[in-house]
Amino acid sequence: METRYRELDPSLFESADIDVYEGERIAGPPVGFWRDAWIRLKKNRGALISLAVLVSVFATAFIIGPLISSQSPYTQDLAQRYLGPTSEFWFGTDKFGRDMWTRVWAGTRVSLYIGLLAALLDIFVGVVYGAVSGFLGGRVDDVLQRGIEILNGVPYLVIAILAMVVLDPGIITITIALAVTGWTYMARIVRGRMLQLKNQEFTLASRSLGANGFRLVWKHLIPNSLGLIVINLMFTIPAAIFAEAFLSFIGLGIQVPEASLGSLISDGADELRFHPYLLWLPAFVFSLLMICFNLLGDGLRDALDPKMRK
Amino acid sequence: MIRYVARRLVYMVAALFIIVSVTFFISKAVPGTPFADPKLSPQVREQLFEKYGLDEPLYVQYAKYMANVAQGDLGNSYYFEGRPVSQMILQRLPVSAFIGVQAVIFGLVVGLVLGIVAALWHNTVWDTLAVVVAILGVSVPSFVLGPILQYWLGLKLGWFPIAFFESWIYSVLPSLALSVFVISTVARFMRTEMLEVMGQDYITLAKAKGISGLGVILKHVLRNAMIPLVTVMAPLTIYIITGSLVIEQIFAVPGIGEQFVQSILVNDYAMILGTTIFFSVLFILALLIQDIMYGIIDPRIRVAGAKE
Repeated sequence: METRYRELDPSLFESADIDVYEGERIAGPPVGFWRDAWIRLKKNRGALISLAVLVSVFATAFIIGPLISSQSPYTQDLAQRYLGPTSEFWFGTDKFGRDMWTRVWAGTRVSLYIGLLAALLDIFVGVVYGAVSGFLGGRVDDVLQRGIEILNGVPYLVIAILAMVVLDPGIITITIALAVTGWTYMARIVRGRMLQLKNQEFTLASRSLGANGFRLVWKHLIPNSLGLIVINLMFTIPAAIFAEAFLSFIGLGIQVPEASLGSLISDGADELRFHPYLLWLPAFVFSLLMICFNLLGDGLRDALDPKMRK
Repeated sequence: MIRYVARRLVYMVAALFIIVSVTFFISKAVPGTPFADPKLSPQVREQLFEKYGLDEPLYVQYAKYMANVAQGDLGNSYYFEGRPVSQMILQRLPVSAFIGVQAVIFGLVVGLVLGIVAALWHNTVWDTLAVVVAILGVSVPSFVLGPILQYWLGLKLGWFPIAFFESWIYSVLPSLALSVFVISTVARFMRTEMLEVMGQDYITLAKAKGISGLGVILKHVLRNAMIPLVTVMAPLTIYIITGSLVIEQIFAVPGIGEQFVQSILVNDYAMILGTTIFFSVLFILALLIQDIMYGIIDPRIRVAGAKE
């Protein structure tokens, strides 16, 4: 290639205005962590729709569903067994003449209670365990981590089954059975985050200002892990709802006359041959809940932790 | 490597020990004994207690129970009197294993193809389709899917028998219902891994060296993308085990899962606890194999594991 040199003359150049403050100027209003996440989440159509559907399922289960129907989910009327969908019973009646529409929403309520309670319990135990393990480190961390590794060798649902064999079935006992081993994943995540955060400058700054261990963890490290905790919560809730449905399906969960989505699906599956309509509504609500929680969880993960995005 | 495996083994044994201990104390905690029949005279009951070692102190019973379990003796069923639990489990094993293995193989093949197609034609209709299938498969549980398949393919279309187990055709629907979760898990995993690997520098290098598109995919992308697939092995095992409980119930398959659910209904504690131990052993073995395989494939794991 040929290179050409040209005579350079100062008159060819023009001095540019240099604004020394340009670099300091802020392009837009400052955006906090949660607001930033919300802006990202809003761009995810699947997650937004899921959020809307979840809100409407909650609203229907707790308020609208029972309100617009005068039927009771527990009243038995043997004269009105196996009615298909009618104007009085919108989704028909089951083998004891109970109204399916209100029964399904009663079941949804129980499933949601258990899912939320078990998830909160998991989060609580997991965060405390993980925070202690990660923050203290050393010997304590070693012992606590070995404990988790042993627990991880135990199949989750099998322990839940064993617990239910001993405990009397009920919302609280099912929740406890699910939480016995459900917290280990949360503990691992929180511990990892603690290890990462505790050596950062802001921790050192707070420490040199005289903060004690508890204050450090509670005021600085846990708030900084909230994103991860929320993401994990979104996957723990459907897992707990699923586990409860599983227990109910094999006859260890909620006992009659109470219902949960799992027990309704189980009843519906038994009568599939002649009364398939009993299965469709609970199966639909259950699948809808699962899909929405999963999609919302994916969306939140992308929004709260863009680095984890794949 | 040996240290790494040894470490894993210690955890596995510890986990097993805990499970067996828990089952022992549960069997002591549940109300009633197998010999609570009021028609038995005190002398006879005493003899029975003596025969089964129930008159001994708890720690002796515990030690004996541990020794028995270690030898594969899980006691006798309460419901089917005198029949050893381990024998009943082994009798039912082939059916369950056949359906489970068939589901895993089918799910692996379909899931791999789906994941690869989705990654190669990223952001096209195929990709969207695979993602939708994956999300549906993970979200719709087998106890919803089973009845739906039963109703649609079995009752409406009449292609497959909907219950019992007499020949291969009977295994189609149960295996299919179990495999959907496998398909979606594998497809999701494969898609993410492939997209990740395809963005790596060494793939660009391989292309720059002039290797054909297919060559790069087969030799470089697939090989690297499939390594982490080992990690889904244990979760899938546990899924197949728990899935078999409901699937066998739905399709009336005479397997371990169906027997387990029945034993829960009739409070056959010996059977419940024995099957629990059996499931745990299966899971722990799967976990061990997974860890060892991962250690062999990915040297970083075993080095880090040994250093700790």
